[in-house]
This record gives sequence, structure tokens and C-alpha cells, in this order.
Amino acid sequence: MQKTYPTAAAALEGLLSDGMLIASGGFGLCGIPELLIAAIRDSGVKGLTVASNNAGVDGFGLGQLLETRQVKKMISSYVGENAEFMRQYLSGELELEFNPQGTLAERMRAGGAGIPGFYTATGVGTVIAEGKDVKVFNGREYILETGIVADLAIVKAWKADPSGNLVFRKTARNFNVPAATCGKICVAEVEEIVPLGSLDPDMIHLPGIYVHRIVQGPHEKRIEQRTVRKKEAI
Amino acid sequence: MPWDRNQMAARAAQELQDGWYVNLGIGIPTLVSNYIPAGVNVTLQSENGMLGMGPFPFEGEEDADLINAGKQTITELPQTAYFDSATSFAMIRGGKIAMAILGAMEVSEDGDLANWMIPGKLVKGMGGAMDLVAGVGRVVVVMDHTNKAGESKVLRACTLPLTGKRVVNRIITNLGVLDVVPGGLKIVECADGVTEAELHAATEATIVG
Repeated sequence: MQKTYPTAAAALEGLLSDGMLIASGGFGLCGIPELLIAAIRDSGVKGLTVASNNAGVDGFGLGQLLETRQVKKMISSYVGENAEFMRQYLSGELELEFNPQGTLAERMRAGGAGIPGFYTATGVGTVIAEGKDVKVFNGREYILETGIVADLAIVKAWKADPSGNLVFRKTARNFNVPAATCGKICVAEVEEIVPLGSLDPDMIHLPGIYVHRIVQGPHEKRIEQRTVRKKEAI
Repeated sequence: MPWDRNQMAARAAQELQDGWYVNLGIGIPTLVSNYIPAGVNVTLQSENGMLGMGPFPFEGEEDADLINAGKQTITELPQTAYFDSATSFAMIRGGKIAMAILGAMEVSEDGDLANWMIPGKLVKGMGGAMDLVAGVGRVVVVMDHTNKAGESKVLRACTLPLTGKRVVNRIITNLGVLDVVPGGLKIVECADGVTEAELHAATEATIVG
């Protein structure tokens, strides 16, 4: 079965429906599936719930889906970089479920690993624990969190081979691995599709069993906060 | 004179021990890396998926694929390792990180920490802070002792939504250093030129001898 597709729109063909749950990789603007997000915007699908650590910025990444009101609800740990998000949330137009970052990552990992729930100490004694089952292990309280299984996962990797094996680059790996595994279907956009046999099997970060469709860049890869130091004068 | 941001960071750096894996939060905690004592070798964890965080890149050498948890461009070191977010928080929850140094809006005498939300005003999210305070070996808060209105941020009980309950071990402010102990807070030291009486006066929380 052919996994490679010519465009992001083609790679999403037949996979989108109103009201679906999408898990997205990325941290800030690093390693986000920017082509797939743009294609989802262009598709016009709406009422989406999106599980993603962040919500992009105004005009880029998931921020694009907020501007077009295609997102009904976000499941995120941090949304501070997005003025439109804040405006829609405070006016009640957008639902928001805050998850601690590690809890969100583990919910995706667990969902993809066939584990419907897990106990964690994260959030005990805070609003995050409200309404959740509490269990004591070795004298310490833990709360029950549930695994996430998404209708669709969208991720960004550095390289793929035609079988869907993925390699990520530096900190752009982030949520892409757990998000990919929790999708019933996973579409990956990559900077380069390399021939079969050219990736070292010992160096695969995500095996192709998790990846159903692949599309190749080019990517803008925008930098959110450019911080530099000056070279010392010699 | 109370400590300034850099002096607070330098004091916090004295908490570090050789061989530790440490997570530094955004703001003053980030400055701590500038003051790591000679002979103390610590590995900085960035919860977006990196151990062995290096300094900011030289101009023109920024890499969009290499950022810290504050989304700033950074560099790698010879010992750097990358991993995904689930693995990152597994090492945090699993107690592998010796210490987290982070900022705060409020800290209580029981060690409760509030640093993620002001209801109705500021809705940004907790990021990885709740996981860090629940999982790491030791939690050190670095913050100004009072807010812009001059009110104490070191309280009997937090008024803002909590990040963690009974999680803070030590508080380093511009006025001094306090430890969370049974019954309240214990003064460890005062900032240069700050008296214990001044520290008491700026602290709403119970101070025990």
C-alpha cells in the first residue's frame, strides 16, 4: 500500500469530518505539522477538538484554525502566545481543557499503547484533580487520568522512508511521537522522503506501523523567540 | 540593599550540586545557568525534550528545531540527548530530576505554590510546572518577596489556583532565603543589608524560629 501522497490536501483526503478529535504534534511552533494544519483550514472542516500542547500563534500553526472558528475545543497545557485564543476563550466562544504538559503527553502515549487510564501525582490538590478518582499508593495520593485516542493524528518529522519510518530532528520531536501513536490514523509531513533502506533501522524514532500517510515539505519552520548571544571580539 | 535579579539567580545557583540533573523555569530561574559554581557539573533538562541544554546560539546560527521550554533558540552540548515529550515527563515524574528552580506568583507557609493562573485575567496554562513540582526531588522558588503593590507573596495560604500542594522546599527572594519547615517558614539567611525584622515585616506567612 502506497503511503506517500503528493500534497497535504491529498494526504488528508477522506479523513476529515466535522466534530472530530485531532491530536497534533509540536511544541510552540517547533515541530508543528504546518502544512497539514493549513490544509485542514482550507478543507473547511469545523467543530474540531484539538489536543495539542500549544495553540500556535496568531496567523500561524493552529492559530489559523482559531481565526476561521474551526476549533470548538482545545486540550492544551499552555496557550499564552495567542491573543485570538485568549479573546475567544474569555468570550466563551472556545472551550479549553487545560492538561498539565506531562499529563497530556502521557494521555496520548497511554491512548496509543492501549492503556485507558493511569494514576499520576501531577495536579493532586489543584483544580486539575476536581472530579477525578483519587487513589493512595504507598501513602501518596494520585489521580486518575484517561488515555486519549484521537480520530486523526497530524505530526511533523524530519525524514521518512516510504514505509512510514520516521526520524525527528533535535527538540522538534517533542509531542510528535505520543501524538502519532494515539491516532486511529496518523498523517506525517516530513522535510524529506528518503529511499527505503537509507535510514538506519537502529535509529528510527517512530516505526512506520504508526504512520499511515506521508507528505513531503517544504516547510517554513518559523522561530517563535529568536534569542542569540554576540560573538566575543577577538 | 535587596538582591537584584542576577543576585537572586546567583544565590539560587548555590543550591546546585555536582552531578545533578536540573530543570530551570522561565524568567529569573533561566539566569541561574550563568552562575553555576566552578567545579559543579550540572545537566540542564528542558522539558520539551532535551538533556544537556547549551547557551543561546551566536547570531545567524539559530535553529528552528532547537528551542528550550520558553521557546527560545538554544544550542546543544557534547553530552546532549533528545527525546519525546512523554519520555521527558517520565523522567520528571519518575524522580530522576534532582531539582527544579521556578518562579511563583504566591507561595504559602505549607509549601503550596501558585504560578500559573489569575482567574478572569491571565489564562496561559500551567505548562509543565504541575508535573515538575509533583515529580522532582527538590523544589526551589525564586521570586520577588512582594508584588508591585507591595503586598507579600509569601503567604499563610495561597489565594490563586495552586500549581502544587506542599511541594516547595526553599524560597529565594530579593530579601532572603526561607525554608518550608513544620509549622511555617524558617529564615535561612537575609539578603545583604536586609534585617530579619524587615524580612518578617514583608512576610505574611508564619515564621518559626
